[in-house]
Amino acid sequence: MEKTWNNKAWFLVLPVLLLVGFSAVIPLMTVVNYSVQDTFGNNVFFWSGLTWFEQVLHSRRFHEALLRNLAFSFTILAIQIPLGIFIALNMPRKGIGVPICLVLMALPLLIPWNVVGTIWQVFGRVDIGLLGRTLAAMGINYNYATDPVAAWVTVIVMDVWHWTSLVVLLCYAGLVSIPDAYYQAAKIDGASRWSVFRYIQLPKMHRVLLIAVLLRFMDSFMIYTEPFVVTGGGPGSTTTFLSIDLVKMAIGQFDLGPAAAMSIIYFLIILLLSWVFYTVMTNYDSGR
Amino acid sequence: MNFAWMAWTWPTAIFFITIFALIAAMGVWEYFRPGGDPRVGILRFETTRGDRLFISLLGSSFINLAWLGLVDTNLWWSLALSVAYAILVFRYV
Repeated sequence: MEKTWNNKAWFLVLPVLLLVGFSAVIPLMTVVNYSVQDTFGNNVFFWSGLTWFEQVLHSRRFHEALLRNLAFSFTILAIQIPLGIFIALNMPRKGIGVPICLVLMALPLLIPWNVVGTIWQVFGRVDIGLLGRTLAAMGINYNYATDPVAAWVTVIVMDVWHWTSLVVLLCYAGLVSIPDAYYQAAKIDGASRWSVFRYIQLPKMHRVLLIAVLLRFMDSFMIYTEPFVVTGGGPGSTTTFLSIDLVKMAIGQFDLGPAAAMSIIYFLIILLLSWVFYTVMTNYDSGR
Repeated sequence: MNFAWMAWTWPTAIFFITIFALIAAMGVWEYFRPGGDPRVGILRFETTRGDRLFISLLGSSFINLAWLGLVDTNLWWSLALSVAYAILVFRYV
């Protein structure tokens, strides 16, 4: 059937354009305007050119927060993706186990970020928390408020606890879409467990896995609430990720100019990474 | 309507006018040569004119940031470099 081409349909997109303009484009323009000026409040601005960009690009604080954030994102991806696949592979495909597993998996996803932070903040406390006291009783020196390693472990374990389910659910959706005939054919060919995974399950999960990686990367790259509640970015600034640093700069110190410059650089990095992910995803699909 | 709260300056206004003009020009181009001219270039995946504009703008932002961070505060050279980069993107990507 011949497709009908009618460019007047583009007018139907107009409300979305207005909405995006109001909620994204105008604020973004304002941030760009702030990034080249200095203010002492009262809506009075002074031109400062590229000073803030230069300052942010040369600031150790920004470099460290960026590296920390990248390290965090890649660590949680390296844990959550294989773990998610592993759990999804071992979940039942039929029977009463299916709804039980799905509900259990979905539970952590239903808890708001700040509540997750509070749970882990209390859970890990050495004086009253179950985890903190147990570890202390076992003779392990664990105190996320003073020890950077403990703080990092807490933040990573918390994220794994909160978000691995998302990867599991996505992978599970990919797995149940595989027809039984594939497995029967594999059995007839005498394929090993690994071959079944490598040539049947993984290709079928590829698409959802890319979405999982994209979602988990984006989410971890903007992580704010949980580490803010648990560690407040500390001890020192060892768990100060980009967004925590940005909020400290913009609202804590009220340095609107440098904060605007930093958020533009942050935005450009996210834009680049999303574009790379998106391009890889769409081209993988069209290439198949 | 009062836009003073947006703290406009001439350089940022010119920056946005340029970007909107580029997008409008893409619209005019599309009107005269519809279809977006999809092709597979050196990145080995299909790009349209819109993709090439996006790659040019995003790349230019990083060229300018890198220049500011590593070379000099005078961004006219990096702007020229960005234009050259955009021409190469439109020609080969």
